[in-house]
Amino acid sequence: MITWPNFVSQLFNGLALGALLALISSGLTIIYGTLGVLNLAHGAMFMLGGYAGYAAYQATGSYLVAVLAGTLFMLVVGVVMERVIIRHFYARPLEDQLLVTFGLAICIVEVVRLAFSSQSMSVPPPSLLTGITSLGFMLYPTYRLAVVGIVAVALLALFLVLYRTRLGMIVRAGIEDSVMVDSLGINVDRVFMTVFGIGAMAAGFAGIVNAPIVSLTPEVGEAILVQAFVVIVIGGVGSFPGAVVGGLIAGEIISLTSMVNPAYAYVMLFAAMTLVLMLRPRGLLGTRGRE
Amino acid sequence: MSATRRHDEHSPYLVETLTAIALIAAPFILPYLGSAPNTVNRILVWGLFGIGFDILFGYTGLLSFGQSALYGTGGFVAAYLLTRAGFPHVVLALVIGMVVAAAVGYLVGLVALRRTGIYFAMITVAIAEVFYFVEFNPLSQWTGGENGLPGVPTPSLDLGVTVVHFTTGWALYPFLAFCYFIGIVCALRIVRSPVGAVFRAIRENPLRAAAVGHNVHGYKLAAFVIAAAYAGFAGGLLGVLQAFMPPEAFTFETSGQLVMQTAIGGRGTLFGPLVGAAVWLFLQDFLQGTLQLGASWKLVLGLVFVLMVCFLRQGIIGGLRDLRDLLAGRKAAPAPARTIAPVSSTTGETSAMRSHLPALARHHANAHYAGPILRATGLSKHYGGLAANEGIDFVVQRGELRGIIGPNGAGKSTLFKMLTCEVPPTSGRIVFEGRDITGMSVTEVCQLGLTKSYQVNQLFNRLTVRENVTIAALAALRGKFRLDLLRNPSTIPGLHEQIEQVLTLVNLADRPDVPVSQLAYGEKRRLEVGLALASSPSLLLLDEPLAGMSPRERAETVKLLKSISRDRTMIIIDHDMDSLFEMAAYITVLHEGRVLVEGTPDEIKADARVQEAYLGGVREEIAA
Repeated sequence: MITWPNFVSQLFNGLALGALLALISSGLTIIYGTLGVLNLAHGAMFMLGGYAGYAAYQATGSYLVAVLAGTLFMLVVGVVMERVIIRHFYARPLEDQLLVTFGLAICIVEVVRLAFSSQSMSVPPPSLLTGITSLGFMLYPTYRLAVVGIVAVALLALFLVLYRTRLGMIVRAGIEDSVMVDSLGINVDRVFMTVFGIGAMAAGFAGIVNAPIVSLTPEVGEAILVQAFVVIVIGGVGSFPGAVVGGLIAGEIISLTSMVNPAYAYVMLFAAMTLVLMLRPRGLLGTRGRE
Repeated sequence: MSATRRHDEHSPYLVETLTAIALIAAPFILPYLGSAPNTVNRILVWGLFGIGFDILFGYTGLLSFGQSALYGTGGFVAAYLLTRAGFPHVVLALVIGMVVAAAVGYLVGLVALRRTGIYFAMITVAIAEVFYFVEFNPLSQWTGGENGLPGVPTPSLDLGVTVVHFTTGWALYPFLAFCYFIGIVCALRIVRSPVGAVFRAIRENPLRAAAVGHNVHGYKLAAFVIAAAYAGFAGGLLGVLQAFMPPEAFTFETSGQLVMQTAIGGRGTLFGPLVGAAVWLFLQDFLQGTLQLGASWKLVLGLVFVLMVCFLRQGIIGGLRDLRDLLAGRKAAPAPARTIAPVSSTTGETSAMRSHLPALARHHANAHYAGPILRATGLSKHYGGLAANEGIDFVVQRGELRGIIGPNGAGKSTLFKMLTCEVPPTSGRIVFEGRDITGMSVTEVCQLGLTKSYQVNQLFNRLTVRENVTIAALAALRGKFRLDLLRNPSTIPGLHEQIEQVLTLVNLADRPDVPVSQLAYGEKRRLEVGLALASSPSLLLLDEPLAGMSPRERAETVKLLKSISRDRTMIIIDHDMDSLFEMAAYITVLHEGRVLVEGTPDEIKADARVQEAYLGGVREEIAA
């Protein structure tokens, strides 16, 4: 039954999901734009971040520690992954990059399954953000509301890094013209490592923040990865604003369709993606940079 | 695949025969090795599924992570017909499933192939996910949702005297083995056909494949539909094998397992997926059964896979092939960078082909057009605020050899790109042989008889010299799109002659089987020209054919270009003015995106504006 409060609350759900998707997708899209590698393990990193947060929460009982520790852990995981494996694939064909990150995704999922079993886990929201908030015209779970704010802050931080720092300048230049940046004598090696680390961190952070909303399973990353793909196709590869806009669009589509019939959420998402591909193949805010 | 082809020369059906022998021998040997018949049967289904995928991925270079959509579609259509619809004929149901999957594949391909590379991979994943959800919910009335479709019957063969029932285990094996055999025979024909050659060309260099006149999108779609058909049929077999059509067929995991098995076995080999599936399933049985690893078997397989991608790029079959080559010492003979044999030795032959090459193929339509072969009017190209070309009027007469010079940044290459329709002009018109070609695609223009050789080599690097030329010649002789999937290229009239002529003309006739990656630079340069020549153009554009050559190579190449120009119209851009003045009767000078002056070499040499244009540039450089 579609009622007005129901509609608005789904709109909010869409916003929360969209913000999360935006954060995950921006990590994926920046990595691709800068390094030229589509990281198929990105969904697994989202999942791993959630579990890292879960472990930290189990140890300390503090949500804040869980978020911080999990995020840092993912930064380390990202940097190690880049140094040990990913960097050997920059010069290799695109298919090999897809294959190796796909393999890594499976390894990460299976390691987590081994360590935490396949059963679903959950992290409770921090006590400050539990319960329900009255928005005047409707009641809404406080934590979901907070997620929108938390993720917005994270996106803002990402924006500042990308648009207000030297690193961000190099990253954006690399997305526009990778050959040029290579020839400018910038230490791309370190930039690549940092970018991969930041991307992993963003995915992991999203994973932890999401953990109190949806229970954790080792498979949780797979669905999110597919949704992130759609976000990127809609928003345009390599575009941070595109990832944000695409994320919000995808979040709302999933949420609002689910209100009518959850089964059609993916069909609608796919229809939106096809529409964008037909009308604007580069994506809403895509650049020509890397194709 | 090169190994396969090498064998072919001795015995055309060797691979097919060996496959048949292996398939027949398997049930007599494998039980002694402890293989469960069910595992062997599953390997065959995965192997058949993978043949189509390998044509798509290994041969055409399109990595799809969404094959589960087509596997599931074919499987559920067949299973639905056989269970709910009460359709009695198993094989016919499988074929219908295959046809439906191919049709669905066509539609999916239309969407997914709008983009290439990672976009293609992402879109296929997303599409497959949609299929999965559609199977579970909107269509669950027909597909059984999460329960799947139980009760899929097995086939039987009525021999008149007796009826053979292919039930389960080794009794079902002959049926699956037969299906696999048919699948591999068809696939071998396809990869050896002209279409197979174009598939490889697309994998190696889609840009050049389009530029020599192949409809790349059409062929990609064809590869996608072929893969879909194999997937659909294999999906049907899965239902038959399990007596139940599982909804898991639609999962991302199915697509992923297919990709991994193909990569493990060796892509671009057709047999790779079968080998990969065997490794995968035997290892799974071994890790789960013998080693009691339980659920962590998948972690082991994941690690094995990552290691293989890191260190054994071409999979098991590729690794074995390298090992064999190593043992045979073939690696010991890397192609020496040869010095060029004098071109004069080939002039005797060129005279023989002069009567032949121009008469070749397809450019008859406007052959009697009397006006200039090329007329460009008001041609401009702006990139943002920057004008690369501005208001260029340019006329070339039939039979001419026109030279274009100009300082760096004069807009020479941009002009060529517009003339071959690689980039659309911002304004202006291009008329080729009396036909307005403005806005056409580079493929169409090549088919009309206008093509170019590139400033930076655009070759099919992992293919041999002969294969490179063949690809261009096929476009000339077959048109931009033809689905002669089962045709033997040697039956195409004129193909062999055309390839030999081009090889002779560019002086590579004694190096036909050398992979491009082993050629010397000068040889690559000549092959670059050869690719353009093989599409038998009536107007040939050459973008800096002499760039990067030693003085001696230059002299030889100038001779070569002169001999080529006897039969066709050519426009050459080069910085080597002495060589260009020697070849061309008429020169166009570009400067700052415009035509500065046109005239004979002597007029150009004497022209003050030309000197100013070149020296002016130098003066500025010195000043800076």
